Amino acid sequence: MVTLRDETFPIRSSDDIVKVRQITREWALMQAFSLVDQTKIVTAASELARNTLEHGRGGEVRVQALQAGARRGVRLTFVDQGPGIPDLDKALRDGFTTGNGMGLGLSGSRRLVNDFDIHSEVDKGTTVMIARWK
Amino acid sequence: MTMERIPILKMGSFLLVTVQVDMHDRLAMTLQDDLTGRIVKDRAHGVLIDISSLEIVDSFIGRMIGNIASMARVLDAETVVVGMRPAVAITLVELGLSLPGVRTALNVDKGVEMLKGSIEDRARGNGHVAR
Amino acid sequence: MVNQNKLAESVRTQQEVILKDWVAFQLAATSLRRDLMKESELRDQSREFLSLFAQALHGGSDIGDPSWKPVRDFLAQTARSRVAQGFTPSETAMFIFSLKQSLFDVIRTTVKDPKELVTDMWAATVLLDKLGLQIMELHQQNREEVIHRQQEELLELSTPVVQLFDNILALPLIGTLDSARTQIVMENLLQRIVETGAMIAIIDITGVPTVDTLVAQHLLKTVAAARLMGADCIISGIRPQIAQTIVHLGVDLSEVTTKATLADAFTIALQRTGASIMKSAVARPKE
Repeated sequence: MVTLRDETFPIRSSDDIVKVRQITREWALMQAFSLVDQTKIVTAASELARNTLEHGRGGEVRVQALQAGARRGVRLTFVDQGPGIPDLDKALRDGFTTGNGMGLGLSGSRRLVNDFDIHSEVDKGTTVMIARWK
Repeated sequence: MTMERIPILKMGSFLLVTVQVDMHDRLAMTLQDDLTGRIVKDRAHGVLIDISSLEIVDSFIGRMIGNIASMARVLDAETVVVGMRPAVAITLVELGLSLPGVRTALNVDKGVEMLKGSIEDRARGNGHVAR
Repeated sequence: MVNQNKLAESVRTQQEVILKDWVAFQLAATSLRRDLMKESELRDQSREFLSLFAQALHGGSDIGDPSWKPVRDFLAQTARSRVAQGFTPSETAMFIFSLKQSLFDVIRTTVKDPKELVTDMWAATVLLDKLGLQIMELHQQNREEVIHRQQEELLELSTPVVQLFDNILALPLIGTLDSARTQIVMENLLQRIVETGAMIAIIDITGVPTVDTLVAQHLLKTVAAARLMGADCIISGIRPQIAQTIVHLGVDLSEVTTKATLADAFTIALQRTGASIMKSAVARPKE
């Protein structure tokens, strides 16, 4: 696997959520994603950026453009030093919510991507990694 | 940051909202407030939300649309969401959001027809029209 | 690196000798594919590679270094053309590996110290192995791209959406539905709904041999997405055994209009769009 581009962006305000969406769109376009693939990764990015802001008290996202053989992908890693998630299994179920969303943030974005990985430690923070391949 | 607003146009007894910008969270909340205010002020019977310019709808925006439809119903107005793009629709379904209780139409013209139809039905005393 | 510079120097000064030897070796090899490539083309390719190789050697032996970019570009281009010509990966790699003998001959004549000779030979081997593997890798990558593109083209061919009437579209599905194909089907149908402004889309599965949970879910998702856009879907052509499977699988189709035949679905669609087709009293034969 080759990393074509690798940058990190802050998530500190709700304007940053819009920025994360724009950046993700730009990188997905760069990787020649189809419109549906672009929309899926951008939507997942929007959900997770909002999680990082609202539940993680802000953090950052690392964006990577990847290539593995003929496949091209975009990987996003959201990192926060927030309160963490005590029960991950529960948080990954549809309808689970602590904030004011619909409880589809984590479980929903998982369905929009090909790779999904989450690590969380109470009082330490949460890291969510997603990737979509064309 | 300046106070952005999404314009609300009056079309007869309907209100038309055309969302043309990348919807950020505060803007969505403002729209919810503005629109409920206008439904009462203009005594509107229908609301058309044109989202054909929106490139994504995430669960937050989806919830806002659902809320507007519910609030409008309480205020005796029907809501029709028009112009959702295919890629957005596919993504919303995958996300697990089907916007129950929200009526949809392909474009503004079809949305207007739909609203007119249900208002005529109501006038004939058929009550609330289920889709 | 001293050795590197010396190798670079030998290659540069004896380029013509190496080229002649290398081309002769390639032409004599049993793996030569005269059917796929002209002798003159092979000669030109060899000449170009050798000249780029000689230049790059001055910049060190790290083929990832910017000084090696012209060589890498050349390998990419060669791999592409050889894939198009129909070479196998090993035949493509042999182009590079076959340079070894000629190169070693030159090193043998210029380096006299045995220890130094071994070191130089080793350095040259490592370098050519890397380049050979790289061209093989590029060859493989090109083939994957070709396969990928063909798959996509095939998918696009297999999903026609037809307009039956004002406001009514039909999607006759034929053959096995897998995830990738269903995704394309779904996107095509929804796109056509936007383009035509159709209010009803009939998905006919008469030609689909089996429906498993995944396919059923894909169908349901298509129906849900169409609804979000403001169009209704009718699923038709559900054969008895498929109806049984769907129920056994526990798939809930209660929210979806289903009809046994495409004709039934069409009739319902006409009703819903406020259109009708009437039979005239007398059937008129074509004149």
